[in-house]
Order: sequence, then structure tokens, then C-alpha cells
Amino acid sequence: MNFDFSIFWNALTSLNYVSGAVLAILLAVLAMVLGTVLGFLIALARSSGKRWLVTLSGVYVGVFRGLPTLLILLLAWNAAPQLIPALRSEAYSPFVAALISLTLVQAAYMAEIIRSALLSVDAGQPLAARALGLTPVQTMIRVVIPQAIRIAIPPTGSELINTIKYTSLASVISLRELLTTAQSGVSTTFRYAEFYAAAAIYYLVIVTVVTVVQSQLERKFLWTSKDLPSASQPEPGTVTLDLKGTKA
Amino acid sequence: MIPSTIEPLLSVSDLAKSYGANEILKGVNFSIKAGEVKAILGASGSGKSTMLRLIALLERADRGEIVLAGRRLGVADRAGKDTAASERQLAHQRRDVGMVFQQFNLFPHMDALHNVALALTIVQKVRKHEALEAAAEMLNRVGLGNRSHKYPRELSGGQQQRVAIARALVLNPSVLLFDEPTSALDVELVGEVLKVMESLAADGMTMIVVTHEIGFAKRVADEVLMFDRGSIIEQADPETFFGSPAHERTRSFLSHVR
Ligand SMILES: Nc1ncnc2c1ncn2[C@@H]1O[C@H](COP(=O)(O)OP(=O)(O)O)[C@@H](O)[C@H]1O
Ligand SMILES: [Mg+2]
Repeated sequence: MNFDFSIFWNALTSLNYVSGAVLAILLAVLAMVLGTVLGFLIALARSSGKRWLVTLSGVYVGVFRGLPTLLILLLAWNAAPQLIPALRSEAYSPFVAALISLTLVQAAYMAEIIRSALLSVDAGQPLAARALGLTPVQTMIRVVIPQAIRIAIPPTGSELINTIKYTSLASVISLRELLTTAQSGVSTTFRYAEFYAAAAIYYLVIVTVVTVVQSQLERKFLWTSKDLPSASQPEPGTVTLDLKGTKA
Repeated sequence: MIPSTIEPLLSVSDLAKSYGANEILKGVNFSIKAGEVKAILGASGSGKSTMLRLIALLERADRGEIVLAGRRLGVADRAGKDTAASERQLAHQRRDVGMVFQQFNLFPHMDALHNVALALTIVQKVRKHEALEAAAEMLNRVGLGNRSHKYPRELSGGQQQRVAIARALVLNPSVLLFDEPTSALDVELVGEVLKVMESLAADGMTMIVVTHEIGFAKRVADEVLMFDRGSIIEQADPETFFGSPAHERTRSFLSHVR
């Protein structure tokens, strides 16, 4: 059996794949946003110094980093409705179950990223802010968090990419994301290569876009005046000479 | 010269602080009048930074009193009784005390202008454009008017420290604390920072300066204090202090720094 390019192309350009991709992106982004908010609270709890909060948040992180994401999805979709009658309603769709599962998992990973980012901000920074009369909340928002974000961007980018790939696990609870779309194409035609390749292209494009956005964001956090309009003209003298030197 | 009958602006009495079992400050007493400059000398680890952090209300003392312009700091009046101030109340009281750190501690994510303007806008609630104007003026005063849009990492150590001084000064504190402001600087950059500090002193700023710069202490200080293992062991005008130090430990310290 040869690779049939037209089957591949039809799949790639079909509405099913586009909507599968949109669903995957939506799920991943929502799970990351909600997971970051929840993760921030868990990170605060872990560094609060209050014993029960530290223990509770430590257990949370241990559990959700310890369990396979696939198992959490199955628990959320199959087991939870047996135990909680309210989840047997129509509103509890595969998307909602997948969103809850991935959010809970990402919160555990983001909590660790945020905690270590907060810890790596130099202790002199909050000290200087407090000396200026900033309240604890102002110190956190204006001084500590902006510096922690810079440190957290690269690992958060990796987590977003992971989450995008993890959305494919939701195929087991029949969410019509990319992999489910590919599977249903395969099940009627047995053209594995063409349908899987089309899904692969979507994942690669999405992940590439995320990578590009991440590096743009990192550039914003360089904290130099170089990107100001007034400073963007090449300065005469050594700077220009250096540039020529590197090109030669 | 300020007549000696004037009430002290800031007085510290029996100030004590321990970390665990280590008593770092052992009940320190001194006072400073408005417009005076006190230089504090002492070996590393003798508790100088700890005392400044206590006066700046960055840490709570175990014991003792800090009184600024007749008001006791670090405590709040609740139903006629003094109780420990909350973090928010401390933040409010800190406005009157400025602090300049050895490592500058400029905010790396803001340019020089916004470093200076930040507390004006969010602590003193000055309108944004007025705050930026005041900040620009203050940067001019420390000789950095042409560097206001540079970020800390684009400035030399001496320039960063001058921005840090402007950042403290713009809030118009009653007293300015310096914790070894030139110790982290390359020797050729020390002079520009000391020059700014001298001009502040000449303008009547009340300053407490922990330093190893003997020349600065001699020229600028009204009084020099010697710290040793958590206590002030000697306190005199510069001429007496450097000319005929009374304490053996002072003599030995001075022979090492010179
Ligand atoms: N937060 C802290 N926790 C524990 N020990 C501290 C702390 N801050 C300072 N110390 C200790 O207090 C002593 C005095 O420190 P410091 O006030 O920085 O001295 P100096 O500024 O005179 O060099 C040192 O031995 C230091 O290790
Ligand atoms: Mg010190």
C-alpha cells in the first residue's frame, strides 16, 4: 500500500481535523490558564509556612504528579459519575471531564514551577520594595511576580506543549479532538499512515506556533532599553563595527 | 551647626535582636538630630545591617524602642495601648525612613525613571505624570538625567547606586539609612556615589551611614560610632574618634581598614 497523498490532503483540509485542532487548543489553553491560577494558590500554600497548608498542598502535588494522566481521565469520566450522581447530567461532557482532569494535573506541575520561580527572585527585591513602603500585596504584584514570570516562561512553555500533546489522551473518553478524528478516519478506511500523518502535521504546527510565541515573550522580558524606538537606531562607533565584524 | 538643645529626630534605645540563640544586637542606644550625619564602623558580622533593618522596620526588634519625630515606630495605638503594628501599618510607617542597600536592589524589570517613580505612584498615590516628573528631577539631582530610560542591567554599579539613592530620596524621608553603599562597587566608581552622599549631607539630609570609607566618615560625619559584637563601644566626633580612639578594639579595627 502506497502513501495516498490525496487521502492525506483531504483529511488535512477537512473540517473534522480543523475542529479537532481547535478543540485540542481550546482544551490545552483553558487547562493551562486554570491550572496556572490553581497552581499559584497551591504554590502560595506550599510556601505559607502553615503546617496544614504545606502538608495539604504537598499531598496534592504528589498525587497529581504521581498518577498517570490517562488514569485521571478515566477516573474523571467513568468512575466519578458512579460516585457523584450530579455528574451523570448531560452537562458533564467529555470536554468538561477532560478539562477538569488536565487542569488538576497542570495545577500540580505549575505549582512547582511557580514556587521555584518565586523562590529564585533575589531576597533583596522584596526587601527594597518594603523599604519603600509597598504593602505585602503591592510587593508581590509589582516587584516579585514580574520577576518570577521571567523565570517561569521557559518551563511554562514546555508545560503548554505537554498539555497540547496530553489532549490526545482524551480520545479514550471519546472527545473529538485530533487523535479521535484520525482514529475515526482510520476505522472506516484502514489508511493509518495518511490519517495519522494529517494529525501529526496539526500537532507540529500548533507546537511550532507555541514555540515562536514563547521566544517572542522571552524577548519582551530581556529588560533592556534596546527595543525602545529611541534606542533602535544603530549607534555610531563600535556597535556598528561589531555588527559588521560578526557578519563577515 | 545645630544647637545641642534640639530634640533628637531619631532615637534608638535598648534595641535588641536575636536570631535563634545568637544575640546579634545587645541593647543598642543612640540618637541623631535633624541634619546630622552618623557614620557607623565595625567588623563584618557585628550587627550593623541588622540594626539598619530594624530601624527601617524591615524586621521586628525583640526589645527596645525606635522613636522618630516623637512617634514610636513599629507599634500601633489600639485603645490607648501600644501593640505590635500590622504589616500594613509598618508599610505606612516605613515611608519616613529611606534605605539604600549594599547591592542596590534596583528593580530589574523597570528603567531608572520607573524605579524612582514606582513608590510615588503606588505608595504616595501621586499622579503618574507628576511622579515621572519628580523622578526625572531626582535623577538629574544624582547626575543621571541622561540615563533615565536605561534599565538597571545597562547601568554601571555606581550609576545603579545613584538611582537607588534617588529612589529613596524622592519619597522625602526624614532620615536616610545607608548600608555599606559603596562596598559592592569597583574602586573607580566609589567616588561618584560618595559625592552624591556628600551633597545630600550638605543639603541638610539626616543620614546614618554604615561604611568602611574612613575618608568619607572624617569629612562628612558629625559623629562616628564603633560597632562591636552587637554593641556600640565607642562614639565620638571624627577628630577624636580617628585621632585618639579610646577603645582598644577601635584602634585594632582602624589599623586594619587603613
Ligand atoms: N536573617 C538572619 N537569620 C540568621 N542570622 C542572621 C540573619 N541576618 C543576619 N544574621 C547574622 O547576624 C550577624 C550580624 O549580621 P549583620 O547585621 O549583617 O552584620 P554586619 O552588617 O555588621 O556585617 C551575622 O552573624 C549574621 O550571620
Ligand atoms: Mg552588613
